[in-house]
Amino acid sequence: MKILVCISHVPDTTSKINFVNGDSEFDTNGVQFVINPNDEFGLTRAIWFQEQQGATVTVVNVGGPDAEATLRKALAIGANEAIRVNANPTDGFFVAKQLAEVVKSGGYDLVICGKESLDYNGGMVPGMLAGLLDYNFVNSCTELTIEGTSAKVAREIDGGKETIAASLPLVIGGQKGLVEEKDLRIPNMRGIMTARTKVLTVLEPVAANVNTKAVKFEKPAPKSAVKLFSADDLDGLVNALHNEAKVI
Amino acid sequence: MSLLIYAESADGKFKKVAFELASYAKKVAESLGTTVTAVTVNAGNVSDLSKYGVDKVLKVSNDKLANFNAKAYADVVKQAAQKEGAKVILLSSTTDSLYMAPIVAVGLDAGFASNVVGLPISTSPFQVKRNAFSNKAFNITEITTDVKVLSLAKNSYGLVESASSATEEDFAPSLNEADFNVKVASVEKTSGKVTIADADIVVSGGRGLKGPENWGMLEELASVLGAATACSKPVSDLGWRPHSEHVGQTGKPVATNLYIAIGISGAIQHIAGINSSKVKVVINSDADAPFFKVADYGVVGDAFDIVPRLTQKLKEFKAQNA
Repeated sequence: MKILVCISHVPDTTSKINFVNGDSEFDTNGVQFVINPNDEFGLTRAIWFQEQQGATVTVVNVGGPDAEATLRKALAIGANEAIRVNANPTDGFFVAKQLAEVVKSGGYDLVICGKESLDYNGGMVPGMLAGLLDYNFVNSCTELTIEGTSAKVAREIDGGKETIAASLPLVIGGQKGLVEEKDLRIPNMRGIMTARTKVLTVLEPVAANVNTKAVKFEKPAPKSAVKLFSADDLDGLVNALHNEAKVI
Repeated sequence: MSLLIYAESADGKFKKVAFELASYAKKVAESLGTTVTAVTVNAGNVSDLSKYGVDKVLKVSNDKLANFNAKAYADVVKQAAQKEGAKVILLSSTTDSLYMAPIVAVGLDAGFASNVVGLPISTSPFQVKRNAFSNKAFNITEITTDVKVLSLAKNSYGLVESASSATEEDFAPSLNEADFNVKVASVEKTSGKVTIADADIVVSGGRGLKGPENWGMLEELASVLGAATACSKPVSDLGWRPHSEHVGQTGKPVATNLYIAIGISGAIQHIAGINSSKVKVVINSDADAPFFKVADYGVVGDAFDIVPRLTQKLKEFKAQNA
């Protein structure tokens, strides 16, 4: 089984979010970039398939040279090889189009994406990729097992979960649950050394429409100070929730 | 040219987000000088949509669509959009609608903006404001394609009644057999509880509650308020509560009218997950907990003392205002 894991290179979850150039660009100054957490669950699951079922795992990112550190980390975790599509990921459709080309030329059976990236939160790449490839698709995946060409997948639904049967080739949008958080891999020294010798291919992008443009960013307006009630004045709190905030 | 919404339903009944979407669509349609058409799948009484300004309803009834299927539902929405000549297609930001929206966008060669939080800033060029960076910022996005797909963030517009008399029409789109290669084998629903996705109020607990055995008082508070219960990441990691209740950047996002955080200090990832909630109440014994910086109301004190008394006060309030 050939697995492609799509990796977004995103600011660490503790990052302060600021913008520069007239609020048109994210300020990367002092920001640590990591593998998108939703992708990390998928990568770890892919490595499990590699170890248990002899799958090969390729990781791919659409991004500039700075994303290579993130791809090297994925290689250190255990991916067999990496691909970087050398382009600025301008919008979800552009990224999906690049990934679709990689999937077509590589003949992957299973494509694992995170259900969304923690920067733009568009949540559109997995579905667009499946749409472009006309592959089976399951989003918000929390469990995945494969036997031969049959996949059993669980996905989160509002207020529960759904178990799904599908066949390969398959695209999934994965999230927490694909593996337990305690099972996420941290690169060890041997992995880091081995990663240096693994193949990282750089591909040039194919032409694609840009369907959306990020014009500008804004930060939420500063909040007014919290209104504190003493532990003896819970009537005051109930009154504020009813008369002032009008939420009860 | 019309404007199309997909009005989401469950067990034949529209979800509240469908009415919010209709309210929003009515306003967008006014600014575009057009009308609102809704497409529904196996929904019962569609006249409820009229209260929120829908002009026309395309009713799809098909047993094959009894379970949600992203590709097949995307086919339905795509064909409805083509039939109506819709240039703007609006969906909610539920798990199901977000699942199919990108497929709809690809099918219609449309740009897609998700988690939109308000009316378009301008319609020419078409620019909308959407959540980004896990609710730590907004992004003004321009959709450059002729056809546009948007998903509206929950509770970002609200319900606005606007009476109309919608015409109803049966609609039978052609479905692609291959779309049903993804088969639902079983569905497990949490029964008898308000889910985070549907809730207008969420009561959430953190490590300050000391153990899963203490969740009873939270559940009682939630029950008085008709709220869902949730928890912080450490609580789900410790196995005190299920992962499905974990709220935060890597858990579930919460955009409720009221979010009550009890014994949660307020890690940046947790705040990111709840930032879209309108009113935040924090109960914590540590006056320096970072959560107080983003809260609207707070009580510094011991949750084990405060929560039962607050529940009692709310019971009395509900009794008086019933």
